[in-house]
Amino acid sequence: MKQNEVFYREVLRIRRVEEEVARVYPTDKIKSPVHLSIGQEGVSVGICAALRPSDIVCPTYRGHALYLAKGGDLRAMIAELYGKATGCTRGKGGSMHLIDVSAGVLGASAVVGTTIPLAVGYAYAQKLKKTDTVVASFFGDGAVDEGAFHESMNFAALHKLPMIFVCENNLYSIHSHQLARQPQANLCARAASYGVKAENLDGSDVPLLYAKAQAAIDAVRAGEGPCFLECMTYRFREHVGPNEDFHTGYRSRDEAQKWFERDPVRLLGELIDPAVRKRIDAEVEAEVADAFAFAESSPLPEDAELLADVWKEAG
Amino acid sequence: MRKLSYADALLEATHQEMSRDDSVLVMGMGVDDFRGIYGTTKGLAEKFGAERCFDTPLSEDAMTGAAIGAALAGMRPIHVHIRMDFVLLCMNQLLNIAAKARYMYGGTVSVPLVVRSIIGRSWGQGAQHSQGLHSLFMHIPGLKVVAPSTPYDAKGCLVQAIRDDNPVMFVEHRMLHFQRGAVPEHLYALPFGKARVLATGSDITIVGISYMAVECSRARTLLAEVGIDAEVIDPISLLPLDIDTIAASVEKTGRLLVVDTAWTSCGATAEIVTAVLERLGSRSVPFRRLGYAAAPCPTTKNLENMYYPNPATIAQAAHALVRGESAAFQPRNEESPEVVEFKGPF
Repeated sequence: MKQNEVFYREVLRIRRVEEEVARVYPTDKIKSPVHLSIGQEGVSVGICAALRPSDIVCPTYRGHALYLAKGGDLRAMIAELYGKATGCTRGKGGSMHLIDVSAGVLGASAVVGTTIPLAVGYAYAQKLKKTDTVVASFFGDGAVDEGAFHESMNFAALHKLPMIFVCENNLYSIHSHQLARQPQANLCARAASYGVKAENLDGSDVPLLYAKAQAAIDAVRAGEGPCFLECMTYRFREHVGPNEDFHTGYRSRDEAQKWFERDPVRLLGELIDPAVRKRIDAEVEAEVADAFAFAESSPLPEDAELLADVWKEAG
Repeated sequence: MRKLSYADALLEATHQEMSRDDSVLVMGMGVDDFRGIYGTTKGLAEKFGAERCFDTPLSEDAMTGAAIGAALAGMRPIHVHIRMDFVLLCMNQLLNIAAKARYMYGGTVSVPLVVRSIIGRSWGQGAQHSQGLHSLFMHIPGLKVVAPSTPYDAKGCLVQAIRDDNPVMFVEHRMLHFQRGAVPEHLYALPFGKARVLATGSDITIVGISYMAVECSRARTLLAEVGIDAEVIDPISLLPLDIDTIAASVEKTGRLLVVDTAWTSCGATAEIVTAVLERLGSRSVPFRRLGYAAAPCPTTKNLENMYYPNPATIAQAAHALVRGESAAFQPRNEESPEVVEFKGPF
């Protein structure tokens, strides 16, 4: 498949998975707070295309897109949202704690900013073990408000760790605009103050993101130290839940309109042959339907699961 | 057998484990400086390299996360805090990630992390250099908490903590660093969840946590002078807690005194007394608890002395349980040598 067809397939797959989550949500079969990535898929797809399967990503609770883009198992994800024993954490983590170690997806956290230092430590271990693995920490513009972000940048720069900081700047922390929380929209300048190479990128332009990320990751892998990529993007749905929220007043449909026009699914769809697109659309529909059917038919965890894995037993 | 100080026992355990296992690393503010955390990390950077024993920025929150991240990547980090008070800056990562990762990620990961922290005391350490906060961690499923009091147990427990696949809070008391005792040169690990009977007795069970185990042993001597035979138990491991050993002792003696180097409210003393009473069912057991005065720690000497349980106050509490509140007992009130001899600043 051509590169743009691969990109289209990936963003569409994530989009359709989440649209299906939103469609099923009112039935209450998914008893898990969902933070949908709809509108933001391009960032995960563009960056992950430049990562190797053996590289590591550290997601946030808005992590469906990153989990899938890095190769996380789709069936295990939907089963997890359904609270089933076949879920990626056997019904113990839900939407906010997706993990797929075999795909290089470290666990997501529901506390903003908490996975950034985990990525730092994971990257420190790679340096110590002399692997060529790169660790990508994904977080939002809200996490930049946390001390952990700055402490992490400082340490990663100090030790020239093999990692990339990917800020998905969707302009809002829940309902608070970036400029209600930060005196200037200057995240790249802040990153640069730690001696970290920083770039501001269009998070909807997947081919561009891929090219930029590839160059940045090559430099990281070559031992030049961490980089910071601020990817501008926009969340189409509410902070948590399946619906739109433009009627609530904290942001307007007018503001959203220019982002709708930069919808990564639409932009990529326009770049590929209509016949190919039709085929991809059908394949994605079948895969999504299969995952939801798998979740529906999977069993709930056994009662004994309640107290399993609180500690790791010796042996 | 060869004798070592508690501090040297910790250094030896770390040194031997770092030699045995390349994944063990030591991190924290000052671990590689000329003082080496009271000698407990001294020489490790020179021996094992600056990447395996490294100083950290003053970033307790992110450095705790980094330690967890390294553990997720297969390392066995020992994160050292020269005061337990500083661990309050690490609570988010410890409670929200380290303690929960294995469970909330469905058993797919583990966090083999050791957090060493030192409870300060004496010579004006004051409110923020003296807190025993172990009970905060005893509350949290997914963590383990140990607070050994002898050099022998310190070495064996630290080795076990390093090899354990779970996050372990390793609690040290500054006054314990000066204790000397027999320590084998060979490597050994002591399983958690096993209390140690430091001295047997028939009249009362006295449980002493961390440094209070030493003070309780001194109280036992004072009690012996008036014919009271106290059994002294060091729980060593606070989570998991060996209630079997303590309850069996109380069944024998019929009385229980629990002494902590921490506040009593919602603390380890409350947990131990409750667990023993639950275990013994309907049997009525006279008990008491001793701990810090219900205040922040003052700096001036006379108030600081009143703040802590000491051998005399422990012996008096035990005497009252055995002979009744009205029985007069004025034991010798000698300050313990390490408390007298300690000159700061650290």
